[in-house]
Amino acid sequence: MSEQPMSTDAEVESTAFNDKDRVEGEHEAASVRAVMINRPRQELYDFWRDFRNLPAFMENVKSVEVMESGRSSWIVAGPAGADFELVSEITEERPGEYIAWRSLEESDIDHEGWIEFRDNAFGRGTEVRVFVSYDPPAGALGKVVAKVMQREPRIQARRELRRFKQLMETGEIPTSKAPDAAPRASRHF
Amino acid sequence: MRALTWHGKHNVQVDTVPDPQIVNPRDAIIKITATAICGSDLHLYDSMIPSMSNGDILGHEFMGEVVEVGRGNTSLQVGQKVVVPFVIACGSCFFCGKQQYSACDNSNPADKSDLSEVAYGYPMSGLFGYSHMTGGYAGGQAEYARVPYSDIGPIVVPDGIEDERVLFLSDIFPTGWMAAENAEIEPGDTVAIWGCGPVGLFAIKSAKLMGAGRIIAIDHHPNRLALAKANGAEVLNYHEVKVREALMEMTAGIGPDACIDAVGMEAHGFAPDNILDAVKQETKLGTDRQHVLRETIMACRKGGRVSVPGVYGGIGDKLPIGAFMQKGLTIKTGQTHVQKYLPQLLELILDGKIDTTDLISHRLPLEQAAEGYKNFHDNPNEWTKVVLKPH
Repeated sequence: MSEQPMSTDAEVESTAFNDKDRVEGEHEAASVRAVMINRPRQELYDFWRDFRNLPAFMENVKSVEVMESGRSSWIVAGPAGADFELVSEITEERPGEYIAWRSLEESDIDHEGWIEFRDNAFGRGTEVRVFVSYDPPAGALGKVVAKVMQREPRIQARRELRRFKQLMETGEIPTSKAPDAAPRASRHF
Repeated sequence: MRALTWHGKHNVQVDTVPDPQIVNPRDAIIKITATAICGSDLHLYDSMIPSMSNGDILGHEFMGEVVEVGRGNTSLQVGQKVVVPFVIACGSCFFCGKQQYSACDNSNPADKSDLSEVAYGYPMSGLFGYSHMTGGYAGGQAEYARVPYSDIGPIVVPDGIEDERVLFLSDIFPTGWMAAENAEIEPGDTVAIWGCGPVGLFAIKSAKLMGAGRIIAIDHHPNRLALAKANGAEVLNYHEVKVREALMEMTAGIGPDACIDAVGMEAHGFAPDNILDAVKQETKLGTDRQHVLRETIMACRKGGRVSVPGVYGGIGDKLPIGAFMQKGLTIKTGQTHVQKYLPQLLELILDGKIDTTDLISHRLPLEQAAEGYKNFHDNPNEWTKVVLKPH
């Protein structure tokens, strides 16, 4: 058990927090990340719990279909134009506070994760912590994916949480993509 | 539209680029009527700032007319004249709530934040036209600009006011003002200011308005020293005197109560430490030439304040940390929280309490912007401030 963070009013349960960036688990790639969001906890939880909202800020998630009994089907864009399908089921849920999930066998990626929402003790909003962990898919394509993904989950989690925060706090996700959001010269001198 | 674009060290050109569009609800499009070249643009011109990309539009001091407003912006109207802060701020994060706008948590796009997270340990806020590390946003040395979070930044100015009187609200006036505020000036204080460029001059003007007893300005360009003198400062030419000795003599051994470094990472001069820094900078072994910062720490009186509006971006060494600690100095720095200061500074301008135009030496059409960069860089004595007119 790690030392209790200064900003929280409850115990940090996961040993994941002993190492903010890298977590040893049963999967090859894993990441945990915390972010403070200046919005009410319930609002954040409700937005996330409706998984159909997630493609709005998760760049690689093309679509989410919500099915019965806590299951959902995800289409995720992989490298080299390949898409993966992932069927996920909720393994634990505490309304307003916590959601955990894992992928089912028919998925292309073996994956599990959780997200936790906590009131900040000092009125700075909601502390959001996310853990994601997965094995890259097998096969020849899998090798390519592994190469990319093992390097990437940390950056991916960081960017996605950042976009979630931006969307919830400001109502939009900042962008400087050329040409519309940020024109630039294509001709080089 | 036409825009000034960056293509490498000492290579900027005016080129035709696509027009910016409204992409997010809180965006606005500004038709730019006046924009200026900033001293910090010269750090880009000199390729001192990482994460620049071939074709980037420069410029973070600009103003103009609102020509299009996104559906999420309820405060701006088409036709209004606005000055745009160089800092992009969302207005709703923890930092904006504390009016620390240049620490905005949200204005830098997620895919542009990785570098500053690694280099500085936290994501920087977004700035206009100032590399991809600060967001990759297109700058305002152009005919039009897209302004994100435009309900928070731009300040509406009265119809009919000359652009040049308010243009510098975008950066250098609030930057000089915050520099003086960070110096925590008390009536009768002696304030020493290194650098008589636009920020140094606005720091002089601001320190005077805040009640400084005596202002000593340091530079080596005769014209810039003359401008400082005209604004009520005593001046030191560091080619003629040893700065610290002169300051000690002028203050009868006490030292200035507050020292302002309005120079930053590209300090000139031939002090031994600076030559070593310059060699390291050229060979990419270090980034910042910090002679001025060292000198402010050495010159400041015991218990005094050091204020740093000058831009630094990399790693420094040989800081006189012992003098800093043993003298009990306070050091304050940071990119300017522009939005915080705009209403009060606009009022000072409208009340005629400050001359914001005396530093302008050249006015050019946008088409001649590259010439403006070259001369501002090569001949800083004659070229003290360049204003560009895109429309």
